[in-house]
Amino acid sequence: MTFDWGYAFSQVPKLLEGLRITVEATLLGSVLAMALGLVFALLRRSRFRVVSRGTKAFVEFVRSTPLLVQLFFLYYTLPNYGFKTSAFITGVIGLGVHFATYTSEVYRAGIEGVPTGQWEAATALSLPYHRVWTSVILPQAIPRVLPALGNYVISMFKEVPLLSAITVVGLLGEAKELGSHSFKYLELYTFVGILFLVVSLPASFLVRRLERRFGQ
Amino acid sequence: MSDVVDALPRLLQGAWVTVQITIGGALVGLLAAVVAGLAGTSRRRAVRAVGRVYVEFFRGTSAIIQMYWFFFAFPLLVGYQLTPKWAGVLALGLNTGAYGAEVVRGSINAVPRAQYEATVALSMTPSLRMRRVILPQATVEMLPPFNNLLIELLKGTALVSLITVVDMTFVAQTVRDNTGDSTAPFLTILAMYFVLAYAMTLGMRWLERRAARSVGRGPAAVPREVPVPLRIDQGAGGAR
Repeated sequence: MTFDWGYAFSQVPKLLEGLRITVEATLLGSVLAMALGLVFALLRRSRFRVVSRGTKAFVEFVRSTPLLVQLFFLYYTLPNYGFKTSAFITGVIGLGVHFATYTSEVYRAGIEGVPTGQWEAATALSLPYHRVWTSVILPQAIPRVLPALGNYVISMFKEVPLLSAITVVGLLGEAKELGSHSFKYLELYTFVGILFLVVSLPASFLVRRLERRFGQ
Repeated sequence: MSDVVDALPRLLQGAWVTVQITIGGALVGLLAAVVAGLAGTSRRRAVRAVGRVYVEFFRGTSAIIQMYWFFFAFPLLVGYQLTPKWAGVLALGLNTGAYGAEVVRGSINAVPRAQYEATVALSMTPSLRMRRVILPQATVEMLPPFNNLLIELLKGTALVSLITVVDMTFVAQTVRDNTGDSTAPFLTILAMYFVLAYAMTLGMRWLERRAARSVGRGPAAVPREVPVPLRIDQGAGGAR
C-alpha cells in the first residue's frame, strides 16, 4: 500500500478547520481549569473540615478516574437534570474540571512556597483577609507556577481528541469523518499526528523556555 | 439501579479486561522506558538521538491518536491487522514508555557521580555497574513517578473501548444502551476505576519501601545497626 500524498495534502484545509476547533476547546478548557483549580486549592485550605476534606476527596476521585468516562457521564446525564447544552460545551466542562484537579495541586504547591514571613507581615499590617490573598500571597504564588500550568495546557491539548467520542468534530473527529468516505485512514491519521506535533512541540519548547526564565 | 446490579458480573468481566490492558501496557511501557531511558544517557550521539525522537514523537501526540493509528492506519501500511487488544496495549505502552523514559534518564543522572567513579575504581564492567550499583539506586527514585504514570495508564485504558475492546467502559456503554440509564453504570465504573487506582498506589508504595530498603535507605535500615528495645507485648519474635 502506498501513501497517497496528493490526497493527504488535499485534505489539509479540512483538517486545519478541525484543528481550529481543537485549539478553541483547549483554550476554553484551560481558562476553566485555571480558574476552577484555584478555587479547589483555596477550598482545600478552608477552616471548615467538611469543605476541605470534601474538596480533597473530589479532587482525588476525579484525578484517578478516566476523562473519557467522565465525558460520557456528563454527556449522557447532564440533559437528564435539565442542563441542555452542546457537546462542545460539555466537552469543555469535562476538560476544565478534570484538569482543574491537576492545576489545584500546582497552585497548592505555589501557595505553600510563599514564605511564612509574608503571612506574618500581612497579619502585622492587619490587612483585610481578601487583601492578604489578592495583594500578598497570590501575586507571589502564581508567577512561580506559570510554567507548570503551561504544561497542563499542552497536556489538555492532547486530550481534546477524546471529545470526538461525544460527537465533537475537532481534528480527530474531522479525520474520522473524512475517512468514513475515502477509507484513506493511513494518510488521514498520519497527518492528524503530524498536525498535533506541529502544535505541541513548539508549545512545549516555549514552556521549557518559560521554566528557565522563572529559574526552576 | 437494579439494572446495574444485574450487569455487575459483566462489569467485573470488563474490569478484568481493563486490568489485563493495564498490565500489558505497563510491561510494554516499562521495557520502552528502560530502553529509551538508557539510550538517553548514552555517550553516542546517534543513540541519544533515536531515543529523543521516540520520546518527542509519542509525547507530542496523544494516546488516542496513536491507538487509532495502530488500529486503523498501520494495517493499511503493512497489510497486517493487529487485534484491538494488541493495538491498545501497544499504543498505551509506547505512550507511557515515552514519559517513563524521561523518568529513567533523570533518575540515572541523579545517582551521585561518586558512585559511578567508585565502580570504575573497582574496575566493574559497564553491565555489572548498571545492574549492581546504578540501577538499584536509580530505581528508588523512579518508583514514585512511575506510580503516577501507572495511574495515567489505567485511565488511558478507557480509550480501548473506542476500538471495540470490551473493557469496563465498553460494558458500561452497552448497559446504558440496554437500559437507558446512564447515571448508575457510569458512576459505578468511575468508582471501580478509583478502587483500581487506589489498589495500584498501595502496591507501588510497598514496592517503593522494598526498593528503598534494598539499597539501605528508609527507616527499615536503622534497626540492623541499633538494637531496638523489645516491647513487652511483642515477645522475642515480634521485633524485626
